[in-house]
Amino acid sequence: MIVNLILNGKAVSADVSDNTLLVSFIRETMSMTGTHVGCDTSQCGACVVHVNGESVKSCTMLAAMAEGTNVTTIEGIADGDTMHPMQQAFHENHGLQCGFCTPGMVMSAIELVEKNPSPSEGEIREGLEGNICRCTGYHNIVKSVQAAAQTMGGK
Amino acid sequence: MPDGQNPNGIGASVKRKEDFRFLTGQGRYTEDINCPGQTYAYILRSNEAHAKISVDTSEASKADGVVAIFTGEDMQVGSLPCGWQVDSTDGTPMREPEHPPLAKGVVRHVGDQIAVIIAETLQQAKDAAESVSVIYDRLPAVVDMHDSLTNKTLVHSDLDSNVVYDWDIGDPAEIDAIIAGAHHVTEMNIRNNRLIPNPMETRSAIGDYDSAHDSYTLYTTSQNPHVIRLLMGAFVLSIPEHKLRVIAPDVGGGFGSKIYHYAEEAIVTWASQKIRRPVKWTSERSDAFLSDAHGRDHITKTKLALDADGKFLALKVETLANMGAYLSTFATAVPTYLYATLLAGVYSTPAIHCNVKALFTNTVPVDAYRGAGRPEAAYLLERIVDRAAREMGISQVEIRRKNFIPSDAFPYQTPVALQYDSGDYQATLDSALKMADVDGFEARRAKAAKRGKLRGIGYSTYVEACGIAPSAVVGSLGARAGLFECAEVRVHPTGSVTIFTGSHSHGQGHETTFAQLVVETLGIDIDQIEISHGDTGKIPFGMGTYGSRSLAVGGEAIIRAMDKVVAKATKIAAHIMEASEADIVFENGSFTVAGTDKTMAFGEIALAAYVPHNFPHDELEPGLDEKAFYDPTNFTYPGGAHICEVEIDPETGVVDVINMTAVDDVGRVVNPMVVDGQIHGGLAQGIGQALMENCVYDDKGQLVTGSYMDYTMPRADDLPNFQVGQQSTLCTHNTLGVKGCGEVGAIGSPPAVINAVVDALFELGVDDIAMPATAETV
Repeated sequence: MIVNLILNGKAVSADVSDNTLLVSFIRETMSMTGTHVGCDTSQCGACVVHVNGESVKSCTMLAAMAEGTNVTTIEGIADGDTMHPMQQAFHENHGLQCGFCTPGMVMSAIELVEKNPSPSEGEIREGLEGNICRCTGYHNIVKSVQAAAQTMGGK
Repeated sequence: MPDGQNPNGIGASVKRKEDFRFLTGQGRYTEDINCPGQTYAYILRSNEAHAKISVDTSEASKADGVVAIFTGEDMQVGSLPCGWQVDSTDGTPMREPEHPPLAKGVVRHVGDQIAVIIAETLQQAKDAAESVSVIYDRLPAVVDMHDSLTNKTLVHSDLDSNVVYDWDIGDPAEIDAIIAGAHHVTEMNIRNNRLIPNPMETRSAIGDYDSAHDSYTLYTTSQNPHVIRLLMGAFVLSIPEHKLRVIAPDVGGGFGSKIYHYAEEAIVTWASQKIRRPVKWTSERSDAFLSDAHGRDHITKTKLALDADGKFLALKVETLANMGAYLSTFATAVPTYLYATLLAGVYSTPAIHCNVKALFTNTVPVDAYRGAGRPEAAYLLERIVDRAAREMGISQVEIRRKNFIPSDAFPYQTPVALQYDSGDYQATLDSALKMADVDGFEARRAKAAKRGKLRGIGYSTYVEACGIAPSAVVGSLGARAGLFECAEVRVHPTGSVTIFTGSHSHGQGHETTFAQLVVETLGIDIDQIEISHGDTGKIPFGMGTYGSRSLAVGGEAIIRAMDKVVAKATKIAAHIMEASEADIVFENGSFTVAGTDKTMAFGEIALAAYVPHNFPHDELEPGLDEKAFYDPTNFTYPGGAHICEVEIDPETGVVDVINMTAVDDVGRVVNPMVVDGQIHGGLAQGIGQALMENCVYDDKGQLVTGSYMDYTMPRADDLPNFQVGQQSTLCTHNTLGVKGCGEVGAIGSPPAVINAVVDALFELGVDDIAMPATAETV
């Protein structure tokens, strides 16, 4: 079947099998490998992207279900070489180590702050509960999100 | 050495150079790589823990898209090797079974590899796997270590016993005599729970045979590509080094589990030659649970003898260590040389005996996981010290202070082989007590009680041995490899520098911290420095990243190679400026003739080395490119004090970690931000072990905790903010004085957490609780 959607601001179209997951469409069909797969039970959140502005685990959604939507991945949030405030905050606050969970974590965190512009530490921890990081112990991720919330709110 | 003046030098929290690519989706992990013409491999794994198998692939071979299917009968290659021979005390050689990449007639754990199905697409490979017929002739499975010890069922029928080795350190008769005459003896049975490492990137491998050159490239998720080249090339597939390139690109965490040479690496490499096309395999998370080496899994009986004053007299330890079904690369060293040798801990206990029986079971192989042996030692010691203090009515702080190795006793020879070079355990404890506001604890406990919560505080003071390791020492103990590290410092004609290091980075931040060493030493801008790692085709040699060795061993190799660069550059500068070599001063990136204004920048010397018109040709070769191999003279000994406060809801049993304080002595700190981050991560894994994570097998050998639905990974809302600090003494046997920081968090924290849980529940008559202390257990 043909799937048409907007990927990081660009209209894309591809003929894929009916059971193609959105994450496979992004990684394999579109060769955008920033979105990762960390589990097979929709538990880890490494594959989180935005579909029409909402965080979605792209391993839980068929590409067909994204027909006509606006999909944003980690590759689509920086402005050229200027990183999104959330990306910048992760850099400033050492919110990443191996980088594997990072794309999903950043995408989840952006949605979290967009919905709740000044989250408390507890709200951040609860809000990121669907994203597993094995490296950082979350301490610096929480700091990053707090810092980004200030910058994003200030925009 | 560092003066702290350079904003990108040693001691500065330089933001990481590698972040940009990871944050913008440009990290390049193995699964992101695709080779032209590549095929996809699916590994068919055993559903049974122990069985004879007969496999029929004829139907599956006809399925759509199938390129080839191979079984153990087809893949006649060498055995996956174990890297460390540990023999029994009585001289019996280590029992070392064959470990074929694809099972030959018998499977020995759920997840054991039976066949590889290679197809044009992964879906086709998976579909075809459905029609591979495997007939299992079930054999009894051994899961429990006590059952294994009886040898009623053998995991390997060609061996006479399930006991890999029965090994001792210390004199049992001496210890028994001291215990018999002691004022007080504390006894405990301790289990160190089995864990599954779970780096977020699952393993992946691509084998690519090049028939034009009869050579192979393996892309793999490894912490040590040269070690894989050695183990797979020399022992399994008989491919010489010059025909085998191993590339470990960006790797999404390892924690030990990506040290080892795994079957799938050999399978895709071998198969790519058979089918003359690249073969790609990526582990699904459920494969990872069934095939990544697990960690820990010890059962221990221990006794601590004390005098009337609470001084430790002797420690007796008897441990059963689970090896799983086969011997993984480092497995045999973990419960011996990384565990029993740490049983003095931070204490001056004069006599120690430890017996270790390593056992085969029908479970996934067990090997080093963050800390490896040292968390098991620290947990045992800090639990029994906690218990002894309670039994003798001595405070937790006092019993530790009484028994610490004094700060003026270094170098300190322990009774269990190691010689600690430096440390100040009173100072780290003082610092942690202050940071954790221990004085205010009773008030906090009283407040919690008013809210109906049980609050407890737990202490852990530990030491570990890392920076592995002196090759001659480990060689005498059975290691089959050296544990040095190699670095090449390539100065380019315009003065920029590429460092080629054997220390792979998979989250540790080497691309920044190693660059800081160069900034400090050569005085060039950090943007002029590139750190290259993870490719045997580029890096001269390397033993890799594990055992908190990257800075202490890999960093020292870089320092030594830079020393050679500076020495040669000094000669060139002396020649060009017509001065005596002894009069040349190298400072802040410039070579100056002392007492004159004659000076040349580092970049000018670099250019002169590659455009050698005015050059001391009779003395030197052109170029500026130096290499060093560094073999340490001792382990390094980070230590510290961890203090945990928990609150328990008596209604639900839920344990909340309220405060986790860690003051660690990691030696000199190159990048405080990165060190803190490493410690945060270690603490999270330590708290995970203490409260959440547990690998469970049923009595048939089925893995019960085989997904994130059953194996509890710590999540953001399970953990507190951490309070971390450093209270350092310098390592005395490397230039930088560094010790290592990658594992300390996971080593020191589990006993602090459990001691806090016991403290909270002690008034209710609880004096021990097993890890993980889940709500159900509590």
